[in-house]
Amino acid sequence: MNTGHNIYQLTDHLFRQDSGRMVSVLTKIFGLENLETAEDVVQQTFLAAIDSWTLKGIPDSPSDWLFLVARNKAIDIIRKNKHSVSYDFSDSERVLLTSEYTLATSMENLWKEELIKDDMLRMMFASCQPGISPENQITLILKTLCGFSTAEIAKTLLTSEDTISKRLYRTKEFFREHKVKLEIPSVAELKNRTNAVLNSIYLLFNEGYNSFESEQLIRKDLITEALTLCKLLIDNNHTQLPEVFALMALMCFHAARSESRLTEEGDIVLLHYQDRSKWDYDMIELGNCYMSRAAFGNEISPYHLEAAIAFEHCAASNFDKTNWKRILELYEWLCKLSPSPISELNKAVVIMQVEGPEKALESLQQIPDGKKLKKFYLYYSLLGEIHARLKHPDKAKKYFETAIQNTQSEIERKILKEKITCLAN
Amino acid sequence: MKEYLFLFRGGDGSEIQHSPEKWKIHMDRWMEWMNELATKNQFVSAQPLTATGMQITGIKKIVSDGPYLEGKEYVGGYLVCLAENYHAAVEIARDCPILEFEDGVVEIREIKLQK
Repeated sequence: MNTGHNIYQLTDHLFRQDSGRMVSVLTKIFGLENLETAEDVVQQTFLAAIDSWTLKGIPDSPSDWLFLVARNKAIDIIRKNKHSVSYDFSDSERVLLTSEYTLATSMENLWKEELIKDDMLRMMFASCQPGISPENQITLILKTLCGFSTAEIAKTLLTSEDTISKRLYRTKEFFREHKVKLEIPSVAELKNRTNAVLNSIYLLFNEGYNSFESEQLIRKDLITEALTLCKLLIDNNHTQLPEVFALMALMCFHAARSESRLTEEGDIVLLHYQDRSKWDYDMIELGNCYMSRAAFGNEISPYHLEAAIAFEHCAASNFDKTNWKRILELYEWLCKLSPSPISELNKAVVIMQVEGPEKALESLQQIPDGKKLKKFYLYYSLLGEIHARLKHPDKAKKYFETAIQNTQSEIERKILKEKITCLAN
Repeated sequence: MKEYLFLFRGGDGSEIQHSPEKWKIHMDRWMEWMNELATKNQFVSAQPLTATGMQITGIKKIVSDGPYLEGKEYVGGYLVCLAENYHAAVEIARDCPILEFEDGVVEIREIKLQK
């Protein structure tokens, strides 16, 4: 007999692992307009698991148990609702669910692993519709595909549970109003729509990689989710665009360095001081493979350039031996291809390495749309660094203090305070 | 496209019901047959029917047991599909798995459009 605690741990883990797949196939079955029903079935399935496993012990294959129970609940719902106006089973893929001759077999067929992956991909495309804001897109992806609870999402995105609930509600209303269908976009729209999905995946990854949440700088589970979702695009022959491989490579290169970015106590270790022996070289190699696979087509995407930059860091044995000149070239290209104040800021960091603090300062002052950086702590942190190197400790201190004011992360603040302390030497 | 009703009689498969493998193969053929119609958007609906049944007859609404549960009278299920014409409907019915049994019957009827 297993203790209650063990069972909750297991079901929590399984929820993260399996609920995305279950919601995807159930939504395929009931239609996107009935996404709530799909989520309800999954919830009920997990509650049933807790009840049953507490009483009878954990089955040999818990995932299989969950899927079977969910399938049976789905069968009940179909029987009740096939004549309801809210459910439309008339398309050729689902019409056989309405006949008792074929309900069980159709249901079994719909739950095959390869098909579920397709369903997850379609959920991603649905979530990343034009008309749904980026933060609503990630919110929905985290809820439906990644098995995050409303509370967890609120914590991740630094907002309230109430806000998250409202976002989810609005997105589902959007689906109903616009009669959004679960489908892979047509060839004409595929590039744009895939880029919207990539954008969401990258946002998700960044949340994990550089979470501004005060407790944990790196949310490994978000990184894993982002990689898993990107892999769905890579494995589906409709969506194998160069930028998909490029983003995968980029994320691999960054993720490879996760272990070295924090001390055991959870403090930040700057790139200069990272123990490169802790880098995951298998991950870097994986990134290299994806980079090669990204090298086709007529266009370089910003992800290609960012991946190339990340690669230069991964390939260097230490900070000083890094090919900073090459990185600068790549940033110059990136800033032309996809202008953004943040890219310009990152470029300025590199200019400081290659050409010194004066030039870096000039470059910062020339940023078009520089006003957008007014609340960005890294902007002030860089200014602090520049003035420290120019031997202006008072200016440097002011900038570091401004940086502290502009971040809520205790971990980031700690390192900024250390920089101020260093000024005294 | 017109609508056609198939009525299934006999062919309850009692010969193979004891064998789960044979039964599964048989049910898979029903799936295949109907799936072909579904992919061509010609499937409308289909259901098996239970063995119990009563009848009410005439103005006096006389209730009786029936129909007979054995023999060719007893309808075991139905299917409604779309087809170009009666001949095409018959061709569809020809592939019905109920015909794997000697006593299986498919009756093919066209839905009558009322003027």
